[in-house]
This record gives sequence, structure tokens and C-alpha cells, in this order.
Amino acid sequence: MKNHVWRPLFIVLAIVGGILITRTLLVPSDFGIWERGYMYGWHRKSNEDVWKKYPIKYKTAKVCAECHKDKFNDLKDSPHASISCENCHGPNYNHPKDPLGLDIDRRRDLCIRCHAYLPYRDSARAKIPGIDPQKHYPTEECIMCHYPHNPKKPNPKHHTAGVKP
Amino acid sequence: MINRREFCKKTMMIAGGLAIPLTALEIFDPRRLHAEKDGKEKVRWVFLVDINKCVGCGLCVKACKIENDVNWDANVTRTWVERYVVTKDGQVNIDSPKGCRDGFTTQKIDQAHIGLKEIKPEDIAKGFFVPKLCNHCENPPCVQVCPVGATYQTQEGVVLVDRSWCIGCGYCVMGCPYGVRFFHPELHVAEKCTLCYHRLSQGLKSACVDACPFGARRVGNIRDPEDPVTKIITMEPVNVLKEEFGTKPQVFYLGSSKEVK
Repeated sequence: MKNHVWRPLFIVLAIVGGILITRTLLVPSDFGIWERGYMYGWHRKSNEDVWKKYPIKYKTAKVCAECHKDKFNDLKDSPHASISCENCHGPNYNHPKDPLGLDIDRRRDLCIRCHAYLPYRDSARAKIPGIDPQKHYPTEECIMCHYPHNPKKPNPKHHTAGVKP
Repeated sequence: MINRREFCKKTMMIAGGLAIPLTALEIFDPRRLHAEKDGKEKVRWVFLVDINKCVGCGLCVKACKIENDVNWDANVTRTWVERYVVTKDGQVNIDSPKGCRDGFTTQKIDQAHIGLKEIKPEDIAKGFFVPKLCNHCENPPCVQVCPVGATYQTQEGVVLVDRSWCIGCGYCVMGCPYGVRFFHPELHVAEKCTLCYHRLSQGLKSACVDACPFGARRVGNIRDPEDPVTKIITMEPVNVLKEEFGTKPQVFYLGSSKEVK
């Protein structure tokens, strides 16, 4: 064949070769279709381990009970028993190493998440004692009178504050 | 000249002959075979939401945001809780201020720019709360539309995003019929619920499941017939969201109602 046929063909071959070489350099070796097939599993396998190693912040109440057995037992028989420690005391992270102490949420806002009255008769919310946050001692913190670990008892620390429930 | 019998025979042979190599390719892909040999079908995470137990406290949303480092003040969240208030005249009011990050503490319905809507308690026929999260679909449309392979489904059925590979085109955000995807406000890549893949891999439950005091959220392995979540899904009347999209969602709802979308 003549030269004018071969020349563009070489150029095309060079371009294709170049694309293939750059592709092998850029695409990681663990990129593939893996378990879920081409449509749903086309990914970099090593990214699964990246997600598996994501740091855990909430270590669950079981870890809290290892050291704070007294507080755990205090809560055990109360109507608040199903509330995990970390919901109010904040996530564990690597406590007691880091942080040394946890930032406890003592605000009204936390209590009224469940205890603000809402008029939905058939929802689970209706089974929880509810108040109107605008009318029920709006300027006081709930823990001034109520003991959060067991709301049936008065708060031993703050009972003398002079506010009657 | 070809007769009718010969014509039919040859047509069938050609069609059959064409079909064989396609299926053979599917069967003899060595990488696929290897993956299937290594414990496929052992674990498939599914999620169960009990609407009857949810009180709209939003502790799940709080825990999720902190556990997964989703910016606290940005109005985006991997999971959220919707409030449905149906009035006696049939009107459905839905809201989820800040995704229920701070819980539902007022009776007023948040209508964004329109303002707060007050509904008289005597007009309310029913009110309930619906937690929402990624459905970790068996056929995830968000994964199909990704042009670079940055989002994928693991063999446990969890849909994840490869943050270092995502180009931020937003196709998946548009492709999800449930609206669970968004852009990470700091990393500027697609963000979504991972079902706390890091916690599940280490034997813990998802952060929202551990945070829920009422047992309204549960996670389980549908491949394990002894799993209590599997038992409920197989034996009790559960529902899924937007079944008509064909995505085969794997978040099951107990106590769902026709108003839930």
C-alpha cells in the first residue's frame, strides 16, 4: 500500500497506544467490577477499607458501664433506662484518654426533644409526659428539679433551688 | 432453495449460538467467580424502621451528624425525621426543620419561606413521625449513573462513595428517587448514609440505631434467618418507600401509612 495510507494509520495507532498507557498509569490496579458486577460494583476495592477504618465516636453504653457501674445501675431501673449515656453526655471518642471529660448537655433543649407536648394522640409521643416549654418554668433548667437519671426521684443536687415542680 | 423446516431450524440454531457466548462470558469471569466463592450471600445489611415507636426526638440525627462528621450547622443530613400531620379534612402537612436535628418541640408546621403554620389540635386526625435514610437499594440508581465508578455497592449491600474518586458531577444526587444524597459542605463530594459501615464491620450497630431510645430504628442481616430484624421483615406487614421505581429498597417500614412518600 502507499505511504499516504500508512501515515494516518500510524498516527491513530500512536494515539490509541498513548491513551492505553495513560489509562494504565492513572487507573489504580484494584479498580474492577468485584462482587456486585459491572453495573453496581465498578469501584476501587481499597476504598471499602477506608470506610471500615473510619473512627468510631459513639462507643455505646456498654463501654460506659465498664468504669461507671454506679451511674449505669442508677439509670437501670428508671423510665430513662433506654436512653443511651452518650445521648446526653456526648460521644465517647477516646475517653478517658481523649477527651479527659465529656461535655454533658444539661440544656432544656435536650429534654424537650421528647417532653415538649405535641397533640398527636396515636403516636408514641403521646405516651411520654409532655409539657408546654413556653409555660412550664420557661427560664429554668429542667435538671433544677428533675433528676435526669431517674425522673421519678427529685434531683438530689438541685432540690433546694426553691422551684417546686 | 431453503424450505420452511430448514429455515426454522437454522434461525433457532443461530439465535441459540449467539446466546451461548454471552452467558458463557458472564459465568466464566474469573474475578466474579472468585468473589462469589468468598462468602457471597453471607451478610446483607437491611434496616427496619418502626413508625409506631418514633417520637420525633431527633437523637438519631444528632448522633449521625456527630458520628459521621457532617457539618452541624449546614442544613444537610444523612438521616432525617419527617413529621406528618393529617387534618380531618384530609390535608397532609409534612415538615422536617433542620432534618429534625433538634427534635420536634413545637406544634407549628415549618413551611420554609411561607412561615410557620398553626394547626388546631381538634382539627388533627393523626400525627406521626417517619425517619428517613438511604434505602441501600438492591438496584441503586445512584450507582448506575456514576460516570467514574466513585459510588458502588459492597457485597454486604451497602452503597458507599469513594471520596477521593468522586468528581462532584451530582448525577447521583439527581438520580436518587429518595433524595438522600447531597454534597458534603466541606469536602465538596457526594455524601450519603453509609449505614455506619465502619461500625457494622466492627460488630456495632449504626449510630442512629444505638442513639434511638425507643427501638424505632434497627439494623439486621437479612441472610440470617435467626436475626430478629429478619424475622420481623419476613413475618410482619412491612412496607418500603417508592416501590414502583424498581430500586428494591432495603429499608423496611413498620406501621407505614398511605400519606408516607
